[in-house]
Amino acid sequence: MYEDDDSPLVKIRNLHFKRGSKVIFAGVDMDIPRRKVTAIMGPSGTGKTTLLKLIGGQLRPDQGTIEFDGENIHALKTRDLYKLRMRMGMLFQSGALLTDINVFENVAYPLREHTDLSDSMLERLVLLKLEAVGLRGARDLMPSELSGGMARRVALARAIALDPMMIMYDEPFTGQDPISMGVLVKLIPSLNEAAHISSILVSHDVRETLEIADMVFVISNGKVVDSGTPDELHDSSKQWTKQFIDGLPDGPVPFHYPAPELEEDLLGK
Amino acid sequence: MKSITNFFASLGSNVMSAVQKLGRAHMLFFQMVMGMDEILRRPSLLIKQLYYVGVLSVILISLSGFFVGMVLGLQGYYTLSQFGAEATLGVMVAASLVRELGPVVTALLFAGRAGSALTAEVGLMKATEQLSGLEMMAVNPVRRVLTPRLFGGIFSMPLLAAMFSMFGVLGGWFVGVGLLGVDDGTYWSQMQTKIDLHEDIYNGVIKSIVFGVVCTWIALFEGYDSTPTSEGLSRATTRTVVHSAFAILGLDFILTAIMFGE
Repeated sequence: MYEDDDSPLVKIRNLHFKRGSKVIFAGVDMDIPRRKVTAIMGPSGTGKTTLLKLIGGQLRPDQGTIEFDGENIHALKTRDLYKLRMRMGMLFQSGALLTDINVFENVAYPLREHTDLSDSMLERLVLLKLEAVGLRGARDLMPSELSGGMARRVALARAIALDPMMIMYDEPFTGQDPISMGVLVKLIPSLNEAAHISSILVSHDVRETLEIADMVFVISNGKVVDSGTPDELHDSSKQWTKQFIDGLPDGPVPFHYPAPELEEDLLGK
Repeated sequence: MKSITNFFASLGSNVMSAVQKLGRAHMLFFQMVMGMDEILRRPSLLIKQLYYVGVLSVILISLSGFFVGMVLGLQGYYTLSQFGAEATLGVMVAASLVRELGPVVTALLFAGRAGSALTAEVGLMKATEQLSGLEMMAVNPVRRVLTPRLFGGIFSMPLLAAMFSMFGVLGGWFVGVGLLGVDDGTYWSQMQTKIDLHEDIYNGVIKSIVFGVVCTWIALFEGYDSTPTSEGLSRATTRTVVHSAFAILGLDFILTAIMFGE
């Protein structure tokens, strides 16, 4: 299935993307390696989720190309794009579970859609996937009965149901209590390792992300401003990276949103 | 001068966004119809929607039909009795119902009950990323979610309109025959003689099918195209009811002119 072992799984070249008049990406180049956890970091609103949607073919770039396993995603016909998506899994920030069916059926959903497995085989597979995320006992619960962390783990079981080559995690740590956060921090690299998959992790939770990532890209103002291993980023001399990694309130990203002088606003001209 | 320029700029931008929206709505309709094989492959999807869209509207439609029929019976009796023509009450009630009130009032009630529910459901699925989730599971959400709902609406509407008319005729009978003393046999026999299968009933059915297509299409498009926020969803639900009402009344005039015009 792999094109060859050393080529990047996702190759992004000269990516440009705008939403209305707001420029989200202005010439992004990125190589996402195979079988590694790659993190894409940046402050809120820099287009990290948009990047995942572009990789998943849910959005089209204005310019540039994105290749997945050697295939140009946006040159594919709809039918081929859907076929390609069977090799990707995505964990949405909200979990995106179907609310009218229970946990078991949510995980079984992609298997029922894309395979002709017998009921007993399907049940065994679903239970194994749920076991991997520690929620085999929650199979009969409805999504509304799950906590945020549990919903994300069910969504993760669903994302790995078809044994994809790659999983994209959209802000997996946001809004999680410390225990759920710890579970996810442990689950993501172990799944990556056990199933030989590649992971793209989009997050602004610096500590957790740097703990599990093999490679990190930092984006800001539509461009990749820094990249490297977590150690390289810790030692980076770039002011922007320092501010982001250390969580400094002021720096290249100013504390104040652009505004006229305070005196001017308070006293009038 | 600047305000005139601004006026034309905003007019142009509004017209452009309206045309773009119309284009998106037609594209979506085309995609939903092209996904028809999905409901042939999985009839259970359609059956589920027939239940949610159709069966759950039955009580509302039946009761409304009965009350409208009662009012028709009452008003019709007072007017017709002035000319000594109360024997034709059955024809008047039935013709009003199967030609006009059945399809139109059913469609208006459908837009308010099932249409707004469809918009809210699809809009919420969008806001909670369920539609994106389906896409990323390599499942086309238009074919899987929208197409069964569209055909559920199209098949339900004529059946609901028929029920509305049936209960309306019974309501008219209850008031006319039961309370006001019109002859029972005359009520039914006049109706049987004068109501024409092609002219009255078929035309009413065609109207309700057209209303079914338009109402469900508007509801699904508004949900699918909504801004995924609470305000966006609330506006989309309102637009569904308002646009459906306008579309039903406007199309009713056009269809009536085509069907019954000289």
